[in-house]
Amino acid sequence: MTAAKVNRIATGPRTGVRFGDLLRLGLFGLRTRPTRVLLSALGIAIGIAAMVAVVGLGSSSRAQLTGVLDRLGTNVLAVSPGKSLTGDTIPLPATAVGQVGRVPGVLESAGTGLVVGAHVYRTDKIPTLQTKGLDVRAAFGDLPGVLRARFVSGGWLREPGPSEAATAGSFGSPSEVVLGHGAATALGIDRVTGAERVWIGGSWWSVVGILEPLTLAPDLDSSAFVPVAAATSRLGFDGAPTQISARADPERLDGVRTLLPRAANPAVEAGATVSRPSDALEAQRASEASFTGLLLGLGLVALLVGGIGVANTMVITVLERRAEIGVRRALGARRRNIRDQFLIESLLLALLGGACGVVLGAVVTVIFAVAQGWPPTVPVWAVAGGLGSTVVIGGLSGIYPASRAASVPPTSALAAA
Amino acid sequence: MNGPVLDLRQISKSYGDTRVLHSIDLTVTAGEMLAIVGPSGSGKSTMLNIMGTLDRPTSGSLSVAGHSVDHLSDDGLAELRALHIGFVFQHFHLAAGATAVENVADGLLYSGVERAERRRRAAEALERVGLSHRLTHRPPMLSGGEKQRVAIARAIVRNPSVLLADEPTGALDSASGANVLAVLRELNADGTTVVVITHDRDLAGALPRSVRMLDGHLSPAPLEPTGLPR
Ligand SMILES: Nc1ncnc2c1ncn2[C@@H]1O[C@H](COP(=O)(O)OP(=O)(O)OP(=O)(O)O)[C@@H](O)[C@H]1O
Ligand SMILES: [Mg+2]
Repeated sequence: MTAAKVNRIATGPRTGVRFGDLLRLGLFGLRTRPTRVLLSALGIAIGIAAMVAVVGLGSSSRAQLTGVLDRLGTNVLAVSPGKSLTGDTIPLPATAVGQVGRVPGVLESAGTGLVVGAHVYRTDKIPTLQTKGLDVRAAFGDLPGVLRARFVSGGWLREPGPSEAATAGSFGSPSEVVLGHGAATALGIDRVTGAERVWIGGSWWSVVGILEPLTLAPDLDSSAFVPVAAATSRLGFDGAPTQISARADPERLDGVRTLLPRAANPAVEAGATVSRPSDALEAQRASEASFTGLLLGLGLVALLVGGIGVANTMVITVLERRAEIGVRRALGARRRNIRDQFLIESLLLALLGGACGVVLGAVVTVIFAVAQGWPPTVPVWAVAGGLGSTVVIGGLSGIYPASRAASVPPTSALAAA
Repeated sequence: MNGPVLDLRQISKSYGDTRVLHSIDLTVTAGEMLAIVGPSGSGKSTMLNIMGTLDRPTSGSLSVAGHSVDHLSDDGLAELRALHIGFVFQHFHLAAGATAVENVADGLLYSGVERAERRRRAAEALERVGLSHRLTHRPPMLSGGEKQRVAIARAIVRNPSVLLADEPTGALDSASGANVLAVLRELNADGTTVVVITHDRDLAGALPRSVRMLDGHLSPAPLEPTGLPR
């Protein structure tokens, strides 16, 4: 015998099986049992898909919200009438919108006043009681401008000139009305051509604009907006605004906030309350995050079940392949070569499921996000996390079967028929 | 060239209280071809497993190619097999999804040989067993005798010091069996040491040396037609 052979035995460990060869063995092992492999990868795939989709949809909706907040700004403050100690609403003075606009740091302001008892109908034939919950509001100033609202169709009420203001209430000249998004939907009007009319307070009003949903003032979506002068003369509006929106200099927001109640209602202590509508959106974002946590937990459970499926498949595989293991041991494989082979196979099996799951989750995210009008977002960390947890699952599921495989005795090839 | 490739000294093997091998002494010298015959259950496979270091004896000592294996670790035994011992099994044990070349190349997987070199040497080994026209066939497309020749190629691709075959013709019809035995004899003629367990009395009789196993005892007695049950 050659000296080289003698020395190799004497010097002990030789470089083991190359990683590339182990990968090839693992892939080969999987390829020979496609049905079982697909079924057990499916478990992992579902778990990962669920997690990726949950994260993807969460971040898509957050991206949407962030985009909305970027556009709308977080510097809008809402002023509403205060409540007395007895719980009665303290009306704001008719001049409140202008007073709020004069507070230093307020960039623009607008408001609406609910016209009590007035409702909007599609035609004059509709019974009076069928209000559909739609109300009528007198509009002070450029409300869509302050709220950065967009129009589905048409535009805002024209600022009446002095002569117009005088004649606005005169009989026979139909006044203008703008419909909130909800109101337009309820009335079945989806665009403005100039011919659309609605029936308010016993006369016709021509629709000049339809708003998109008011994200910063959702309460106003089911309202019809009319000019203050027309509301006063034709609908008996009392002149008191019931809601004011003010856009403030972002740097001075806190200062403005403390000044607003007094400016809106100087006569009464605590005669007005101030809130920040964008806070509600932020809160919604936070609650979505906790919901995401719950769904992620469910995905994790699915993943765990998938991992058990992989372990189960691998144990069966090892039982079936005792002869193969025996042959490999006879060919000179060490225990750890066998262990590595089955560990890699388990990892690949899980990774296969994981990769399918990531793709599936991404597809689901894109489909749902697009359907919701959200910008589809699949965070890289979710993909990496999905694949990473797959590797962990595959590794953990593989440990036991791989150690079973490593302890199959070398005589198994001869023993097995 | 004529040192002992296998040297068994007082090898015994028991399973629990059952003694399967009784103090076997046997030396196989390099270049020889030895047949082991004997009735079923007599301990032939057990002895072959021990010779091939797949199993450890209960007592006694063994050296393979000059190395005493009695104190080798499990990894040491694996390395010894990778370098010195080739196995051929009755049921071939080929990977059904892999081609003949891939199956044979697996014989070098644990010997630290590069993949391209493994395939090159696998093709060579297949040529030696007369299968150079079947390189890319998969086992299901091969006859029984061809499968066994692929398995033999896998065993000799490492140029082992000794080739151990446990009833290599046991699953074959007689024509294929004769063919496989012819391959083994050619390999032996080219210098490979071969130990083969066989029920084939003709083969055993034709070989220069055969030993008989009976109830765990080895007798060097040459074969005579005594009508023992096979
Ligand atoms: N793992 C084991 N545990 C217990 N007994 C065993 C084991 N392996 C083999 N034996 C016993 O050892 C004896 C010899 O078995 P062995 O397989 O060596 O016989 P053999 O000569 O190869 O027979 P055959 O010609 O049928 O292959 C038998 O009685 C068998 O039952
Ligand atoms: Mg046997």
